[in-house]
Amino acid sequence: MENTLRDRSSDQMSFHVQDRRLILAHLGFAFIAFLIGVVAGLVQALQRTGFITLPSNIGYYQLLTAHGVSLALIFTTFFIIGYLYSGLAKTLGGKLLPSANMVAWIGFYMMVIGTLLGLMMIITNDATVLYTFYAPMQASPIFYIGLALVVVGSWLSGIAIFMNYHHWRKKHPGESSPLFAYMAVATMVLWLICTVGVAIEVLFQLIPWSLGWTDKINVELSRTFFWYFGHPLVYFWLLPAYIYWYVQIPKIIGGKIFSNSLPRLTFILFILYSIPVGFHHQLMEPGVSSFWKFLQVVLTMLVVIPSLMTAFALIATFELAGRSKGAKGLFGWFTKLPWKDVRFVSTFLGMLIFIPAGAGGVVNASFQLDQVVHNTLFITGHFHITIAAAVILTFFAIAYWLVPSLRNRQLTPFANNLGLIQCWIWTIGMLIMSTAMHIVGVLGEPRRTSYTTYNNHPAAEVWEPYRLFTGIGSIILFLSAVLFLINIVYLWFFAPKAESEVDFPIGEVGEEQPKPPAILERWSVWIGITIALVIIAYTIPVIHMAQHAPGSPPIRSW
Amino acid sequence: MFSNMHLPRYERIWLTIGITSLFIFLIILGTLAIGLGLQPPGHMKTVPPEQVRTSAPFNKPALVQIGPNEYKATMVAQMFSYLPGELEIPAGSTVHFEITSPDVVHGLYLPHTNVNIMVIPGHVAEFTYTFKKAGDYLMLCHEYCGAGHQAMMGKLKVV
Repeated sequence: MENTLRDRSSDQMSFHVQDRRLILAHLGFAFIAFLIGVVAGLVQALQRTGFITLPSNIGYYQLLTAHGVSLALIFTTFFIIGYLYSGLAKTLGGKLLPSANMVAWIGFYMMVIGTLLGLMMIITNDATVLYTFYAPMQASPIFYIGLALVVVGSWLSGIAIFMNYHHWRKKHPGESSPLFAYMAVATMVLWLICTVGVAIEVLFQLIPWSLGWTDKINVELSRTFFWYFGHPLVYFWLLPAYIYWYVQIPKIIGGKIFSNSLPRLTFILFILYSIPVGFHHQLMEPGVSSFWKFLQVVLTMLVVIPSLMTAFALIATFELAGRSKGAKGLFGWFTKLPWKDVRFVSTFLGMLIFIPAGAGGVVNASFQLDQVVHNTLFITGHFHITIAAAVILTFFAIAYWLVPSLRNRQLTPFANNLGLIQCWIWTIGMLIMSTAMHIVGVLGEPRRTSYTTYNNHPAAEVWEPYRLFTGIGSIILFLSAVLFLINIVYLWFFAPKAESEVDFPIGEVGEEQPKPPAILERWSVWIGITIALVIIAYTIPVIHMAQHAPGSPPIRSW
Repeated sequence: MFSNMHLPRYERIWLTIGITSLFIFLIILGTLAIGLGLQPPGHMKTVPPEQVRTSAPFNKPALVQIGPNEYKATMVAQMFSYLPGELEIPAGSTVHFEITSPDVVHGLYLPHTNVNIMVIPGHVAEFTYTFKKAGDYLMLCHEYCGAGHQAMMGKLKVV
């Protein structure tokens, strides 16, 4: 069973049928959520930019809720979990642990049921609270119960990943774990620690309150729990993309993994500096004193360090790969990159857009500068070039080889070229849309607002030309999304069968690389430090809120 | 502990430059905040949402002159309007905003200024801003607050 699998340098993979089903279920559900999300996204974008008027039985905010929930919460979570399972199967001995698969399936069904409950409430207009569901707007309890099922289901997925990792560690004492598995565990450690916040909010505040068991809710406390979760949530999207960048891209470009230790340290730093930082989403609000806001701004900015390490490692990987293929001069390596391989190109475009995205993030989290951009379309522009460009372009690249791998089919030149067209169209659409959003945000247009001219107020008139570009960008993005789904349907059902085994690119670590320090694999240490940072950054303000912030009764304002 | 972790020379240089700039940046932010008092809006005062309409000062939301070129704007953000909805001040005036909500979360945002405040029920948000240039300023709600969110606006005239 383990003959082909012991050889980690092999690009070949033959999934076991149980694993295949599990992973495909996650990816398939993710693609359905993607379809719902992009349709809702297009229609709401065209409404808010004044292109169309909605029929009276569909609300703008209802569509916006559907867009955010299906893409930011559902598509991402299902896709990421499926991708992590596939990499674990590949790097931890060729198949997932059957006992862990049981847990994984229970998690999957909980998340599916939760998603369906939530979507049903959005469709019936009983949960038009956007994907941040800020109290004291009160959605139907079924919506909150659905969310709770998604969160708890994802915990089981995390446990399934830990079980696989634990099993491997026990069978390989003294060895350092494969890089993919290590990073998958780090991603799930981050997820489990951060979702505790939203779980407390949903289980102990929102559900009892929406069922009428409590008559008031502590609004500021609920926002704090939400953003304790909400910021690391974006790193939960990003880290799987980083896994692909660090572990799989080197193989695809014909290079080697730059270092076996630094990427691990990078992931640890992401855990440490993405969690105790939620107040930078609450800089403009009362109820949190300046000291705690500033402390969390400092912790937020430390995330610059692992980001710089990642940028260095990636460019170094590119350069070394290019030079090993005979590239000359300072930038000759650039031409040696595989510019016709969608598995690389889509990812590279995402990496490129991530540079201005990171810079925008520094603006948002800057203590004072946030006043210029908070809750304007600048923020929407920002997270469309992070999650909806850097991350999703990487997920496109992953989907293009992972789906045929799991279906035992080939990524044909046709699908590759269609993918290239698709990822370039996405990039162009996103640049048009998000550039317009960034500019019009600085000019004052608020985010999350249905079409309005504010009674033809002159301050709002200057937004008009940018709305045109935002609308056009959203149409281009939608076309790209349709091309992606067509390509996925082709790869899933129609592409020619693979000869024997299928491609699963996993990078090799250079032989001269020393073994990573054992401390990096001592999770208790890093979880302990994370918890300590959380306690330092949150205890006093949270206790203050719990004691002093007045409660609010429920309101349905839509 | 990390003895066998190899950091290439160029990466050391890269990280040294990056981390140094980061700390300079944070020192600048801190100096602006503490030295010049440039703080984002906030405040620790609370008022129960059900008492907003009945107890001072929010039972009589108004713009009051409190000194030469100095005003206090006591405001209520509610579904889907501001009280008071129209303000007028002479150019060069400093306005101390204090604002709360009796219902859901709102925002008070004046495009082309730094007035960008989250209005959280239960809390009083405060922010001070000097309007140097004359003109018609738009006050708008920049946090989704319900079906009428896009209609929630007010005007501030600087003459």
